[in-house]
Amino acid sequence: MSAVVKLSNVYKSFGTNKVLDGVSFEVGRGEVAAVIGQSGSGKSTALRCINALETIDGGTIDVCGHAVHDEKLDRRSLRRDVGIVFQSYNLFPHLTAEQNIMLAPSCVKKVSKAEARDLAKDVLARVGLAEKAGHYPEQLSGGQQQRVAIARSLAMQPKLMLFDEVTSALDPQLTGEVLKVMEDLARGGMTMILVTHEMAFARKVASQVVYMHKGKVWETGPGAMLDSPRTPELASFVGSGL
Amino acid sequence: MTYQFDFSSLWAYWPEFLQGAWLTLQLSAVSTVLGFVLGTLCAIGRADGPPWVKFLVASYVEVIRNTPLLVQVFIVYFGIATLGIKVSANAAAVIALVVNVGAYTCEIVRAGLESVHKSQLEAADCLGLSKPQIYWHVIIRPAIERVYPALTSQYVLLMLASSITSQISAEELTAVANRIQSDTFRSFETYIVVGIIYLALSFVVRIGLWLFGLAVFVRKRKLGTAL
Ligand SMILES: Nc1ncnc2c1ncn2[C@@H]1O[C@H](COP(=O)(O)OP(=O)(O)OP(=O)(O)O)[C@@H](O)[C@H]1O
Ligand SMILES: [Mg+2]
Repeated sequence: MSAVVKLSNVYKSFGTNKVLDGVSFEVGRGEVAAVIGQSGSGKSTALRCINALETIDGGTIDVCGHAVHDEKLDRRSLRRDVGIVFQSYNLFPHLTAEQNIMLAPSCVKKVSKAEARDLAKDVLARVGLAEKAGHYPEQLSGGQQQRVAIARSLAMQPKLMLFDEVTSALDPQLTGEVLKVMEDLARGGMTMILVTHEMAFARKVASQVVYMHKGKVWETGPGAMLDSPRTPELASFVGSGL
Repeated sequence: MTYQFDFSSLWAYWPEFLQGAWLTLQLSAVSTVLGFVLGTLCAIGRADGPPWVKFLVASYVEVIRNTPLLVQVFIVYFGIATLGIKVSANAAAVIALVVNVGAYTCEIVRAGLESVHKSQLEAADCLGLSKPQIYWHVIIRPAIERVYPALTSQYVLLMLASSITSQISAEELTAVANRIQSDTFRSFETYIVVGIIYLALSFVVRIGLWLFGLAVFVRKRKLGTAL
């Protein structure tokens, strides 16, 4: 299995705050990695570094053949390969669900309007929202908005999808519908890294769990490691029911 | 004191009133379009330009907002003449109005640009959109939709303020009125008529901008809610 993402000894500080303190892990093609850990442990920062939203201070990050740590990185070509979904959906409020999805294919890949619309229909169907194409974000529930955001990323046919606590703003019922979409994606062979607080979901879907603590990868292993933590930190983290 | 109103002597002048009103509308329309473009570019420069651009735009806006329009009109008019460039009074009027309304537009649009959340830009960036694409699709369009009511008021004001350009004898409505009242000695009546015409023009401009807004802001038209 070739690695789609490989972090080696990544360091990142904000001022004097060492947020990533030598982080290494890799994710192979078709793998689903769940990143867990306390608030402030650096999970979001790690994800943002993978997508070059933050520049790192040391170490290397390779993503789909792009050397992300390299100053000469072509960010736009990296972003063709990587999709990211945020906790706050970030849909464009003045565009319908369909238009939100069509924007990047039209602008970036220069596909025709008709093609972009077909693509939008296709990805909306995949997230179970085919009938919401003409709705504006404010007309959709949080869960629906998040699914449109996922569809919007999928429309760019990324090789890797990043999810940063995409269900944290949702109530349990809506969380379920978003998680189902992600599970379908995983089953479809998408390579994914997800930062999540949904332990049950991580255990079930992830092929690899990365437990971060104080800016380090404290423990990593298959989903089952959550049932038998080796470190007291993970034990207390899992035990606290987060 | 009794005043005998006499509007009858003004009847003969209706083609001129109409001509003046038409020119006022034209001056305002051209100034609105150009002022909008200038103001929007300035707002972008102020939000995202290099320091010297920010400084330049800020100075421009402050100077315009803190000096009378009439003085601005004179400076443009005589300034251009001093440079030895020949332009008509109407053209000078348009330039002065554009410079003036551009500054106000800049401030209004800037508020709109600032209302677009950083996370929106990040999302667009992550989708691979280029900077100009992000500006156009993700920032400017919702920003303008948000401040459109304020812009509408500003452009109605511009139309009314264009009366000041009568001072450099641009042939707009107020200049026409000035001439008619000196011909007929019916000053009061003349300005009452002109006032009513301005009222009608304001109405026309508002309706026009409203219809334009409906055509452009599809979301607003469909949902009726503010963005
Ligand atoms: N742009 C930034 N500037 C300064 N400090 C930052 C910035 N982004 C994150 N930090 C700091 O980095 C640390 C790690 O933040 P990060 O968002 O990666 O944590 P997290 O593990 O995702 O936490 P959470 O579960 O709360 O989302 C925090 O102390 C945070 O204050
Ligand atoms: Mg986070």
